[in-house]
Amino acid sequence: MDKTGPLMLTKTRRPKYLNVLKIYLPVTGVASILHRISGVLLFLSIPFLIYALSLSLRSPESFAQVTSFFDNMFMRAFSLILLYSLAHHFFAGIRFLLLDLDVGIDLKTARASALGVILAGLLVFVLAVVGVLL
Amino acid sequence: MSIRAQGMRAWLLQRLSGAYIGLYLLIALFTLGTGPVLDYTRWHHLLSQPVVSIASLLFFFFILIHAWVGIRDVLLDYVQLTALRFSILIVLALGLLTMGIWVSMILFSVVRL
Repeated sequence: MDKTGPLMLTKTRRPKYLNVLKIYLPVTGVASILHRISGVLLFLSIPFLIYALSLSLRSPESFAQVTSFFDNMFMRAFSLILLYSLAHHFFAGIRFLLLDLDVGIDLKTARASALGVILAGLLVFVLAVVGVLL
Repeated sequence: MSIRAQGMRAWLLQRLSGAYIGLYLLIALFTLGTGPVLDYTRWHHLLSQPVVSIASLLFFFFILIHAWVGIRDVLLDYVQLTALRFSILIVLALGLLTMGIWVSMILFSVVRL
């Protein structure tokens, strides 16, 4: 256990290079970090969703209040981001479940499915944006 | 070694809850996407059915678990200061617990048994 001293020292003196913009992230990494970011966004949205659920069930008036939230452009933009987060988290989550079952575990398939997941999320986003604008 | 110490329980819970949440959302999307326009009457009637409100209660229960395991993983990666991480986790756990009680009260007030 007397080795922990010197080991800690070298660990703290180790140079760090954390320019995020210069890190090359492979497509599987992009799918993964988006899964994480979308998860945090979804986490933050939970209390607002429960509040909306509560209002929507209280009375016809408060139900209308919930639907009128979406008349606001900021709320629409915000909902679109949340919807995208949900879509990506959903698709990437299914991919991770399959990877856990050793489905598509080889690098070539894993890269292809990561790209597919990213594109599927973006497709939902684009369709939703078009739906909102029309 | 216990299942908890190895992180096996969290791993399994995250996958089980994720699978349930995904299935619930697919069924919800199909149910709400088909049939008449969603107004208050239909919405309220839908959630007053025991099957729906119990499935929804389970849905929120799993969401809170999924959120807990997920955010804990994130915090373990980025918040290196143990005391700070512990404090944040306690606040979040209390928040999630409160939300669980809150959503249970909402659903129990609607269900017609």
